[in-house]
Amino acid sequence: MRLATPVKPTALRAEQIILFRVGGQLFAISSASVQEVRSADSLSGASIEINAAGMSKVRHVVRRGEKSLYIVDGTTHFGISAPVGALVFVLRKTRTALLIDGIEKMTSMTRLQALPQCFCHEERRWYRGLTALDQTVVPVVHPEGFLSQEELALLDAALPPMALPEAETNEGAEFPQ
Amino acid sequence: MTVSAELELESFVLLRLGERRFAVAAAQIAELVAPSRVFRFPHRTPKIEGVILRRGRIVPVCDVAETLIGKKLTSRRFYLIAVRHFGAQTEWVALPVTGDCELIHAEMIAPGESDAAQVSGWLSHAGDVMEVLNLDALTPGPEDLLTEAAAEATLEAQP
Repeated sequence: MRLATPVKPTALRAEQIILFRVGGQLFAISSASVQEVRSADSLSGASIEINAAGMSKVRHVVRRGEKSLYIVDGTTHFGISAPVGALVFVLRKTRTALLIDGIEKMTSMTRLQALPQCFCHEERRWYRGLTALDQTVVPVVHPEGFLSQEELALLDAALPPMALPEAETNEGAEFPQ
Repeated sequence: MTVSAELELESFVLLRLGERRFAVAAAQIAELVAPSRVFRFPHRTPKIEGVILRRGRIVPVCDVAETLIGKKLTSRRFYLIAVRHFGAQTEWVALPVTGDCELIHAEMIAPGESDAAQVSGWLSHAGDVMEVLNLDALTPGPEDLLTEAAAEATLEAQP
């Protein structure tokens, strides 16, 4: 029997990550990708409803000046059946705000292994890779993997005419870059 | 057995899925391990149950029983860790099996034209005739997307 040459995992310096849950499932995201953490309630007053065909994961949008921030329900995105989350990550350099259950903790990862090539569907867009933390494997999400360009175009087309939503409350935390 | 016949013999690992046995070229097997915790996370690839941690690697667990015997495994005795090719690259994949595995030396008969892509040949051993599995065709990979896209294109092209 032959032992395959080990695949060298992608070497990374320690990267700060946030472990969070969606529908009870644990995920990780680079803390540099999170611009703000807000309670879902604090955004609800400022959000307006949106209905784009085939886009059940986005039901609300927040307008910030010229920018539309689409609130993606993490449970629908990942196909998890669970109640809607209570916290929102506003993701840096994207037009996505992600609805999550809550934050587990902040930690760091030193190794990110590419998603095995057997995984060959949408998850390749969802995840940057997998990391092993405390003998647990956690998928590390790709901030730009929640809404594709096609989906953004669909949402933009479905945007209701500019309304004047209530001002956002300041119940949240801004993450330093 | 003649010398020339002996030279044709190759090594295979026999694995059991339910009541049936299959073979995999021994060169493709990395190791046989006891079942360990399967880590599951959302994804959309059929046949993939999750991943296991093995020797510092994250290895996908691929249940091929439904394809081969028509039903999912309810129990598993080992994971057969095999090498799966993706073009020039190789990665490990863990296949759950339900019984002991056996290493044999046998002569493989080439597959027939009507055989499925997952059959790379046939073996006759101890009164059984069994399929030699082509893991590259049996387990999911990027080529599946091409096949699915081609099938969709065919359906769309139909009047």
